[in-house]
Amino acid sequence: MSVLVNKNSKVVVQGITGSEGTFHTSQMLQYGTNVVGGITPGKGGTTYSGKGEDTFTRPLPVFNSVREAVADTAADVSIIFVPAPMAADAILESIEGGIGVIVCITEGIPVKDMITVNAALKNSKSRLIGPNCPGIITPDEAKIGIMPGYIFLRGPVGLVSRSGTLTYEAVKQLTDVGLGQSTCIGIGGDPIVGTKFIDAIELFNADPETKAIVMIGEIGGNAEEEAAEYIKKNVKKPVVGFIAGITAPPGRRMGHAGAIISGGKGTAADKIATMKKCGITVVESPAEIGLTMKNVMDGNGSGVKKSQRSKGTTAKKGTGNKATTGLKEKQGTAKKNKE
Amino acid sequence: MNIHEYQAKELLHQHGVPVLPGRAVFNATDAGAVAFADFAVRGVKTIVVKAQIHAGGRGKGTVHDPKTNEAVVVAGKPLRGVTVISDGNLADKVYHTALGLLGNKLVTVQTGVEGKTVNRVLIEEGCNIGHEYYCSILLDRQTGKNVIMISSEGGVDIEKVAEETPDKILKEYIDPSVDLQQFQLRRLGFQLGLSGSSFKSFTSFISTLYRAYKAMDCSLLEVNPLVSTASGEFIALDAKVNFDDNALYRHPEYPELRDISEEDPLEVEAGKHDLNYIKLDGNVGCMVNGAGLAMATMDIIQLAGGKPANFLDVGGGADVDRIENAFRIMMSDPHVKAVLINIFGGIVRCDRVANGILQALNHVSVTMPVIVRLDGTNAVEAREILRKSGLNFLVAATMKEAADKVTEALLDKKMASARKSAPVVV
Repeated sequence: MSVLVNKNSKVVVQGITGSEGTFHTSQMLQYGTNVVGGITPGKGGTTYSGKGEDTFTRPLPVFNSVREAVADTAADVSIIFVPAPMAADAILESIEGGIGVIVCITEGIPVKDMITVNAALKNSKSRLIGPNCPGIITPDEAKIGIMPGYIFLRGPVGLVSRSGTLTYEAVKQLTDVGLGQSTCIGIGGDPIVGTKFIDAIELFNADPETKAIVMIGEIGGNAEEEAAEYIKKNVKKPVVGFIAGITAPPGRRMGHAGAIISGGKGTAADKIATMKKCGITVVESPAEIGLTMKNVMDGNGSGVKKSQRSKGTTAKKGTGNKATTGLKEKQGTAKKNKE
Repeated sequence: MNIHEYQAKELLHQHGVPVLPGRAVFNATDAGAVAFADFAVRGVKTIVVKAQIHAGGRGKGTVHDPKTNEAVVVAGKPLRGVTVISDGNLADKVYHTALGLLGNKLVTVQTGVEGKTVNRVLIEEGCNIGHEYYCSILLDRQTGKNVIMISSEGGVDIEKVAEETPDKILKEYIDPSVDLQQFQLRRLGFQLGLSGSSFKSFTSFISTLYRAYKAMDCSLLEVNPLVSTASGEFIALDAKVNFDDNALYRHPEYPELRDISEEDPLEVEAGKHDLNYIKLDGNVGCMVNGAGLAMATMDIIQLAGGKPANFLDVGGGADVDRIENAFRIMMSDPHVKAVLINIFGGIVRCDRVANGILQALNHVSVTMPVIVRLDGTNAVEAREILRKSGLNFLVAATMKEAADKVTEALLDKKMASARKSAPVVV
């Protein structure tokens, strides 16, 4: 099992003939994702095989609309590489077309557009991941996004994150200590995103393959706090968290539109405090995400389910320093979990 | 993107929001002329002179001479960022007040001790204030809806009100599928205890303000204080507008409103090269691909005993030009004692990044320790390229290693300077 996407997901690419769309479709096909077609209005009825270095492993049909693509291919997942001014329209078209999981990679969509999209989502059966995100991947089955596929390893850890390269960093650390991932979801760095931490955590909590969860947040908003309260009430699986931006100054937008401390709210310190209070093992150093998860899972019996334990929090405490032994090469030199 | 109060008011006025008549000037002579021609001749009895800077707290802010740092005194009183003039020769007093502001620096709770230079002042008609309210419209991230917030405690620190008496802040969430409704406006009006003509003026004000917020693609529109006059009219006495940067493409007229002098010169320079750079006050410069990783790198610098000198996201590409410009901009900050480059090559290949760094260093001279951490695609080859370059890089494979090398580099630097200064001490 995994969450949201797997080898049976039928994926269509909105904006497939653009340069980003072409490059990443080629990469997704190489990874083994079941891409069944693409949408470029005006090019419907043709087939497209990429170009140059980005030639596809097989030619794909191109459609004028999402509806046509769904009718012909029974696609249930879409990925959007459409430029920001048209991206909200592309999401709305996917919702209307009945797509179950919509992944929007596009960065820079105006908030006003996303307010409309957000309202449309609530009245639909679609789930949006993103925008401004690296996408979603279930290792060895489906990569629906722009992440480098080779750093992922199939396994028991579900990962959810607001950022791109920081996600890759965390995944690599997990893979390096031998911990694979069930599914990794990049939810995106915008103020309004389709899937929030709490939604992803809920999915991971219900997924039997996922034995532990990594949650990587950053300054701005209160989605991490919201998820932490949910975890405290509902999640027995161990959760390791990191919040980027403890050194970020208030009032400045740190790259992501959503990463801003405004009105004294959304600071890293507040988020970390709430997460700790809710029983999440929060790492201070972004270099120790993989190692800490390894410790936590070893301490809890190699990640075997611990549903018999009454409280995840008590089980997690005191395990922080155990079992740094048996780690692989690089990470083996790292010092024991600081405390 | 931020704009000045007078620009915000001009825009609001265009959208039909009631503001007071006023005009911005760049020199004291014009200030006096405007006070006379626009106001005094019309029989206006009160004129307000407001320093235009991109920071709040001006009313309580103090004005200082940038050279001597002495407080500026006008008419025997220490000058503030906002001055109300209502007796004597209005034009003459406005002239002297503007003279005291322009070219000097205004220090408020929001500017930090260094303050901000006043280059523009707004000369505005005064009004007879009945009551001061707080009003803002912004996105509520939790619900994904716009929210109108109003408080009868206006003109004060609204964060304090929110903290201490949250029930004094009224909120109306706007459902995007039906938009702002009359009953919501009425609810706000009744909750504020308004009636008669002031009730009407209020609901019309808020409705117009909300339409302006949407039309202007704001991420924040704050009117503090929003005042009701003695005659029950609602007027925006101050206005703060932040635009949604993602929507700037819809408003080709906005870039003209930008005031570069309000921004950090290094940040402006970085912006020209499409680099996302924010200057901070630390000693370790950093260059990273991706915003989240960039923040995490800043954090790890602090854990390693340093302080980040900047936030710098070179983006996914990390090509030679960008790396070169990034180096140049980082180095022009004199506080930088070491540099950490942290690139996680996902789609971008690390060997290309390594070659980019080497090429960039042909053009920029770097005199401080440079720690390079490259991980991801072709990272091993990349590290080899850097090692063989003959340049004195500290190459790291993991973030942990990079952090340790930052600590090392800073200690070395300290020891080196201790050695250097030793003979002087003896």
